Amino acid sequence: MWSRVAQAGGTDMGGLDLTFVNWDIISKFVLGGFMFSINLTIIATLGGILFGTILALMRLSGNKPMTIIATVYVNGMRSVPLVMVILWFFLLVPLITGRPVGAELSATITFIAFEAAYFSEIMRAGIQSIPRGQVYAGQALGMTYSQNMRLVVLPQAFRNMLPVLLTQTIILFQDTSLVYAIGAYDLLKGFVTAGKIYGRPEEAYLMAAVLYFVVCFGLSALVKRLQSKIAIIR
Amino acid sequence: MAWDWQVFLNDDGSGGRTYLQWMMDAWGWTVSVAASAWVIAMVVGALVGTMRTLPDNPWLVRLANVWVELFRNIPLLVQIFLWYFVVPKIFPVMQGIPSFVLVVFALGFFTSARIAEQVRAGIQSLPKGQRYAGMAMGFTTLQTYRYVILPMAFRIILPPLTSESMNLLKNSSVAFAVSIAELTMFAMQAQEETSRGIEIYIAVTGLYAISAFAVNRIMSFIEKRVQIPGYVVAGGTGGGH
Repeated sequence: MWSRVAQAGGTDMGGLDLTFVNWDIISKFVLGGFMFSINLTIIATLGGILFGTILALMRLSGNKPMTIIATVYVNGMRSVPLVMVILWFFLLVPLITGRPVGAELSATITFIAFEAAYFSEIMRAGIQSIPRGQVYAGQALGMTYSQNMRLVVLPQAFRNMLPVLLTQTIILFQDTSLVYAIGAYDLLKGFVTAGKIYGRPEEAYLMAAVLYFVVCFGLSALVKRLQSKIAIIR
Repeated sequence: MAWDWQVFLNDDGSGGRTYLQWMMDAWGWTVSVAASAWVIAMVVGALVGTMRTLPDNPWLVRLANVWVELFRNIPLLVQIFLWYFVVPKIFPVMQGIPSFVLVVFALGFFTSARIAEQVRAGIQSLPKGQRYAGMAMGFTTLQTYRYVILPMAFRIILPPLTSESMNLLKNSSVAFAVSIAELTMFAMQAQEETSRGIEIYIAVTGLYAISAFAVNRIMSFIEKRVQIPGYVVAGGTGGGH
């Protein structure tokens, strides 16, 4: 398909030859990496939301030690570059578990831990955006703290936060490319490997950029539509 | 496990330079990359963000929108590779340009899209009456932006600009991928050479945290200096990185 596109274009594009990309190469080198990037994004989003919610609840709990622990964790993670966090975990996880772990597993653990900090900030803003009257109403009905959170506050907070959560997921998908630092085999690495083997690194980088763009642009267009829908309901 | 902080006093094998000096040089590179990219990001971001709000110039608006979408939807690492490998191949004129400059442009343009988004949001958050007031004074569009809209908009978006500036500093770490001798590159290489990863990572992480904090202080100093009394600005950052 790409070869046809390139021929139809007819131009040389400064010595670039995109014809080398075909389905064989995609399925052999890129597809596995693409699946890893997608899986990593989904797992890190779900794990990040879960632990992020816990962190946000800790920060809002009013319990001093819990608040301090969560605040230090979140601010610590947010003041360090993601690449450094990836390197840290790659160094520390084998020391803790006592045996070497693969770059892929290490990356998964890193992204859950790192994204939890960012998701917790989103969750905190979402929970705080719920009017106090909702909480009082729950209390007036005799709900416990956890019932109040689970049945009244969190469902509303999640819906308000949905567009921001999804935008963060798109950023997360882009950030998965940084596992390059520890050599995990993701989408980018798939293209880089194919480019190396076929002696076409420039074209491989360009194709990777196009694929990332298509996925991220498509997803953010979806988020925009969702945002307008939610805005109408509210 | 025992600490060994003396590792920083060892010679790094390049002749008379300790790992500590190497790390300080690397910090210098990190700050240089981030500062240069910051200038580009601010200038281009302000320009593109303003273009997106122009009242009767649909093509400029479209062009600016394309700019933002293009630089926002490709991962920074991939953009750095594009600048480093693909752009010099398409434009052979650029082959002699040092990789430092290429990384600065990559990071600067990447961040400019985010800044443009903030600038647009800031301008659009102003009441329409501000623009009309400018028109009523007989200002041209340029004068309206220069004297009425932009001074207000930039004050409003200073808090998000602060967090974008801190993001830019952190994102400069991605320059390791094209072998810029900055902090992350130092961390990776020194870790391999000395096998004292934890000490080295602690030091590098500390330097990043100090730098990010410094950026934060500088920006909030600016925020205080340009504040208009009685005009409260709401903060708020949310996601990103």
